[in-house]
Amino acid sequence: MDVRLSPEQQALRDSVAQAVHRLGPKTTRDFDDAERSAKLDAAVGGAGWRELRAADDNGRPLASGVEAAIVAEELARGLADVAFLGPTLAAELRRLAGAPAGSSAETVALSAGLGALASDGDLAGAVAVDVAGAASALVLDADRLAAVSLVAGDTLVDLTRPSTVLDVPTARVVDGAVGVEDIDRWTALGLALTCADLVGAMRGAVELACEYAKQRRQYGAAIGSFQAVQHLLADAHVMTEGSRSVALHAAWAVDALSPSEALAAAAVAKAYCARAARTVCETSIQVHGGIGNTWECLAHVFLRRALLSSDILGGVGPSLARVLDHHGIGGGRGLR
Amino acid sequence: MDFADSAPEAAFRQRLRDWVRDNNPGLPASSTDDAYWRGQAAWHRSLYDAGFFGLSWPKAVGGHELPCVYDAILDAELAAADAPPRPSLGYLVQGILEHGSEDITRRFLPGIVNGRDRWCQGFSEPDAGSDLASLRTRADRFGDEFVITGHKVWTSYSDDADWCLVLARTDHDVPKHKGISAFAVPMRQPGIEQRPLKMINGITKEFGEVMFDGARVPAANMIGEPGDGWALAMTVVSHEREPGELGFVARYAKTVNHLVGEVGEHPAEYDSEQVRDLAWAIVEAEMLRLHVSRRLSERLDGISHGPEGSVDKLLMTWTEQAVGHAALSIGRAGHGGRDDTPLKVYLYSRAQSVMGGTSQIQRNLVARRILRLPA
Repeated sequence: MDVRLSPEQQALRDSVAQAVHRLGPKTTRDFDDAERSAKLDAAVGGAGWRELRAADDNGRPLASGVEAAIVAEELARGLADVAFLGPTLAAELRRLAGAPAGSSAETVALSAGLGALASDGDLAGAVAVDVAGAASALVLDADRLAAVSLVAGDTLVDLTRPSTVLDVPTARVVDGAVGVEDIDRWTALGLALTCADLVGAMRGAVELACEYAKQRRQYGAAIGSFQAVQHLLADAHVMTEGSRSVALHAAWAVDALSPSEALAAAAVAKAYCARAARTVCETSIQVHGGIGNTWECLAHVFLRRALLSSDILGGVGPSLARVLDHHGIGGGRGLR
Repeated sequence: MDFADSAPEAAFRQRLRDWVRDNNPGLPASSTDDAYWRGQAAWHRSLYDAGFFGLSWPKAVGGHELPCVYDAILDAELAAADAPPRPSLGYLVQGILEHGSEDITRRFLPGIVNGRDRWCQGFSEPDAGSDLASLRTRADRFGDEFVITGHKVWTSYSDDADWCLVLARTDHDVPKHKGISAFAVPMRQPGIEQRPLKMINGITKEFGEVMFDGARVPAANMIGEPGDGWALAMTVVSHEREPGELGFVARYAKTVNHLVGEVGEHPAEYDSEQVRDLAWAIVEAEMLRLHVSRRLSERLDGISHGPEGSVDKLLMTWTEQAVGHAALSIGRAGHGGRDDTPLKVYLYSRAQSVMGGTSQIQRNLVARRILRLPA
């Protein structure tokens, strides 16, 4: 056992962090700067980070779940307003199905409520997520994949990753087939990546709040010197660290364990990270006081991103139900 | 990055698993029954004699000099076999290793590690809890001996201890952190009186107070130099905050396994609220296991101890108290003549946010030393 990141993994983390630091949003006004976000998009695309889960010549992914999670975490930490989760999950679906790579940018569509991959025949209310730049979204058609065309996305809860509610589309079938184990494996990856995204959002939200607490003065002192504020931020940091440990394990499990074990590891991580992320992002808003409740402050952008990532493929309730299922306590009654 | 066993780790795990299957003493749940502590000494010696204790410590003191991640394997296998957890002595060993002379480590550590000598820790006093440095127990030198006078409290296992690691003031003219020295004091002598304290879950073997009234200790039993006591205390408490050093992952996983078994056997008896409490206990215990794996891996290049111990202490506390809440919920507080072990587990869990430094103190340390918030 050695769960330290390898030197290559650390280098990947640093290069994603640098790209986001250089081209990511620094204020909420930066989200309107299309030129900036196009440059960030080009940097992420050019580095090949969206193809980490595409198949190599033997059908294996080009990189493990750990590398994909490293990218997801750093993008979220910097509130990167570019697609990553959607195209990565689409590439993983095609790889598992043995389907050829998509000819244009694509994402995936999830069932209403975002709890699972959408199924053709039940597309009412289905939502294509992380649709920036995507022309189509993959859905399930029995044991095959199908693609639906997308029109431009809307910004729903998350200001950094637009979604599209599908409007009774017609799907065209894609070659290749997926089994139950493939869907478990794919769901495990999706949960692991959303956990990494939540960890990144938590880190960003805590950093933002600590900076503010050191600079904002009341009663003649920095508010970060007050024990009440210190304890809020300390708890937020500790929750973030616990989340990092479970998220790292979930990312490793995607490729290292059986599909059902990978899914169980992902469910533990998602329950923990989703609960922690909401509290941590709320803490960041609280520490910012009145400013934290204005559109202008980035604190709510972290919370919004975390709310979307939590719901994708199941948040606290569905994840606890999966954990119980794995321990033979059927159904997780009332938790879904 | 790999959570899986290497080949030597897998071989160790198998050897351990085979041994535990035949050597589990089947003690009651730790800290819920005085019978546990009575059987614990034999369990310690049995674990040591089989080569499964002190895995990462120096061979010279009875350890095995294995990478520290082997402790994670030990905890996982003990929990899976429903065996007692490993004795939580790492903080004493690390404190003495780091601050004691060669003579001190040679005389005292082998007996601690092999379980033949039992130790307690005389740090807290009635008026020196979180503010430990204001302790008033004094050690006055007379020739080759020091004479100790004072009152220690929350001294775990003082009634069975052969030795006590005592912090006492040896210099009254310097700032309070600088006048403290540490001693290995023999417990079985006339100048020492100890009284067990009954904890809120009813056990009497774990909490005690010790009165020193003219107790004698050879000057050669001072650990470190005069005035080094505070540095030793900080080493000890930093290790005392670490679940990887304490082996508590096994304790929590064992309780969770019992609760899962109970609900699995009688699923119709539990409502969704109780089952939800159980699910959180499973998630928290698993989080702590993985977090300890991460921490132990970070130390593969050598032990380094910083303020991260306070992060780990808070995570451990949240885990123990989530497991305690699940035990309360599933055990229905022992109503109706049921086994009251879960109630005792719950009540004992309240101590975790106090012992080894309160959660409030840990939050202060995280805020100042990690987040660098201003004083």
